[in-house]
Amino acid sequence: MHGCLQCELACSYEHEGVFNPSRSRIRVFTFHQEGRFVPYTCTQCAEAWCQQACPVDAITLNSETGAKDVNDSACVGCKVCTIACPFGTVNYNHSTGKVIKCDLCGGDPKCVSACPTQAIVYVDADQTGYEKMRQWAKETDNNPSASA
Amino acid sequence: MSWTGKILRVNLTEGSVNAEPLNMEWAQQYLGQRGLASKYLVEETDPKCDPLGPDNKMIMATGPLTGTMAATGGRYSVVTKSPLTNCIACSNSGGFIGAEMKHAGWDMIIFEGKSPSPVYLYVEDDHAELVDASEIWGTSVWYTDEWLHNRYQDPLLRISAVGRSAESGCLYAGIINDLHRAAGRSGVGTVMASKNLKAVAVRGTLGVGNIKDPARFMQVVNENKVILAENPVTGQGLPAYGTQVLMNVINEIGALPARNMQEVQFDGAHDISGEAMHEPRKSDGKPNLTTNAACFGCTIACGRISTIDKGHFTVENKAKYWGNSGGLEYEAAWALGADTEVNDLDALTYANFLCNEDGYDPITFGATVAAAMELYEMGVITDEQTGGVAFNFGSAEALAKAAEWVATGEGFGKELALGSKRLCEKYGHPELSMTVKGQEFPAYDPRGIQGIGLNYATSNRGACHVRGYTVASEVLGVPVKTDPLVTEGKPELVKAFQDATAAVDSSGLCLFTTFAWDMTNIAPQLDAACEGEWTPEKLVELGERVWNMERQYNMQAGVTKADDTLPERLKSEEGAARTGPAKGRYSEVEKMLPEYYEKRGWNEDGVPTDETLNRLGL
Repeated sequence: MHGCLQCELACSYEHEGVFNPSRSRIRVFTFHQEGRFVPYTCTQCAEAWCQQACPVDAITLNSETGAKDVNDSACVGCKVCTIACPFGTVNYNHSTGKVIKCDLCGGDPKCVSACPTQAIVYVDADQTGYEKMRQWAKETDNNPSASA
Repeated sequence: MSWTGKILRVNLTEGSVNAEPLNMEWAQQYLGQRGLASKYLVEETDPKCDPLGPDNKMIMATGPLTGTMAATGGRYSVVTKSPLTNCIACSNSGGFIGAEMKHAGWDMIIFEGKSPSPVYLYVEDDHAELVDASEIWGTSVWYTDEWLHNRYQDPLLRISAVGRSAESGCLYAGIINDLHRAAGRSGVGTVMASKNLKAVAVRGTLGVGNIKDPARFMQVVNENKVILAENPVTGQGLPAYGTQVLMNVINEIGALPARNMQEVQFDGAHDISGEAMHEPRKSDGKPNLTTNAACFGCTIACGRISTIDKGHFTVENKAKYWGNSGGLEYEAAWALGADTEVNDLDALTYANFLCNEDGYDPITFGATVAAAMELYEMGVITDEQTGGVAFNFGSAEALAKAAEWVATGEGFGKELALGSKRLCEKYGHPELSMTVKGQEFPAYDPRGIQGIGLNYATSNRGACHVRGYTVASEVLGVPVKTDPLVTEGKPELVKAFQDATAAVDSSGLCLFTTFAWDMTNIAPQLDAACEGEWTPEKLVELGERVWNMERQYNMQAGVTKADDTLPERLKSEEGAARTGPAKGRYSEVEKMLPEYYEKRGWNEDGVPTDETLNRLGL
């Protein structure tokens, strides 16, 4: 996580055909004093506030990817979803009059393949903890001779 | 086509801001950034003009790949006439403002004239205006950055600014962007301040959407990102240690100048090295280095983010220096440290923070302090000038004081702010200024690395490593290993590096990619993105064209063959290296120079021949 913004460029290019961080669905935040960079995007809530708030049912579940997708032809740009989302990951695009949010690129997120440091990875939501578990398991001292 | 095709012309005398089309014919010949901005400068200004007068212009320029997803595609250049060297100046910076300028729809911003009162330029996409800067004139870059962010309530506003050093006439003031990235050398910030221009604040939301062949572009960009990741320098060395990976390496080969270049090795090199930045401090157990950081679009991420020990004497009771900020890079660590023989990492980091906070070049500053220390130890400069501060080599206190003085232009800082050439001349010892054309050397000794000495002597902006970094070949073996101690073959090597560098500096990409890439990697990225046909051969020729154009500008400004040389200390037996693998060696620059001129197609006085100029379309 070094703040290169390759994820933002990949995202805006994939969705809008333009290299433009201000049109990216993923954003990297810099905390200068602390020397930290944090990428942040939609967590695809199971019971999505944005989806429930939408008055025209423009946000729907993509059953293949689990993403909550915005249907541009239905979206009226009322922005209620941007208020409903507790994490701020749905945002309004004034040039189209629609909202934009992460749609997991249909199952092949371009931010992941663009990231040079594997700071962003795409894993099955049912297994997000396994890699951490593996790391801790590796630390566990279960050598029989050590406990003898 | 990847250029936006638009220039913003700002006339500071009149207070006007106008859009005009980019000269696309020139874009095909000079590409962007360094090359294209230099073409505009050459066409629009008199090389004999006063660098700090209203007739000089200052151009901020992006390259065609700036703002795209090409790895490291975030560079911009500032081109103007230098008040330090009286030569053409081109200072290159990363960070984020270059890409932001491009995303706002501008290839270049040309500043001309001089504002009657302090102003800053605010750009938001198509909208651009000059705004009164009286509230921030007389403040630091860091204060200005915070003030502008607060004023516009926009955390994504990208800002370039000058600090108090530039305002008070320091001849090596830089332009700092994004708090700690710098168009650092040759006094480009001094020029900006002379125009009463405090800052440039840019917000771009249009992006780059006119890539010639997007599918091919993404493919070649991705292929070349992999090459950077797999290369040991760009994939491992630079992210882990930054450019500071070099400190111990260069010291070991006996090419780390010390004591104002009296020596070629420094006992304290390890204490100020990239490795030392990782070691826990005794006082608080934390290392100097917090993390590495990337500029826009960069997959190398060589930037250093560091802290100073809160208990260190330089920052006691000064909370604003307790957080993270831009840490030491190799050239800065060398000039602030080895050349002054100060081995206190936190003191160096403090001086580096001040260089960023008030915008001045740590290389020239450190080397000037080193020259002052030599004069002090000779008894030429005394406590009377230094206000009682003992100015001995190795004194961290003297370094910290000097940094504070130059930041604001107070006391002895006024003299240090003029650079070593003017300082040493004033005190009757011009031979102690370690400069070429008035600009101080960076961190590679020409006694131990012969090629780099020839590059320094012939560099169009005075002593500079990033005009032709033959260290890559002579030390690191990129693209092929050559012996640093021999002169044979070096004129050709220097020319090749200088021309290639001029092309890279015109593209929007970072020179550091060339540890892993050559023109065959860069040309396909340009070719997929830009109108026209971009081959490696065309790029090399373009680089040579840029080099010769800069040379012509300098000759018209008054440069002659006599300026293509090194200080006596570095090229005479008396000054020969006293330790290390280069022991007994001195720079044989004068032996190499005639062959260099010949390879360049210049006559024996270093003037480009008509044949050469015609060949390059100049």
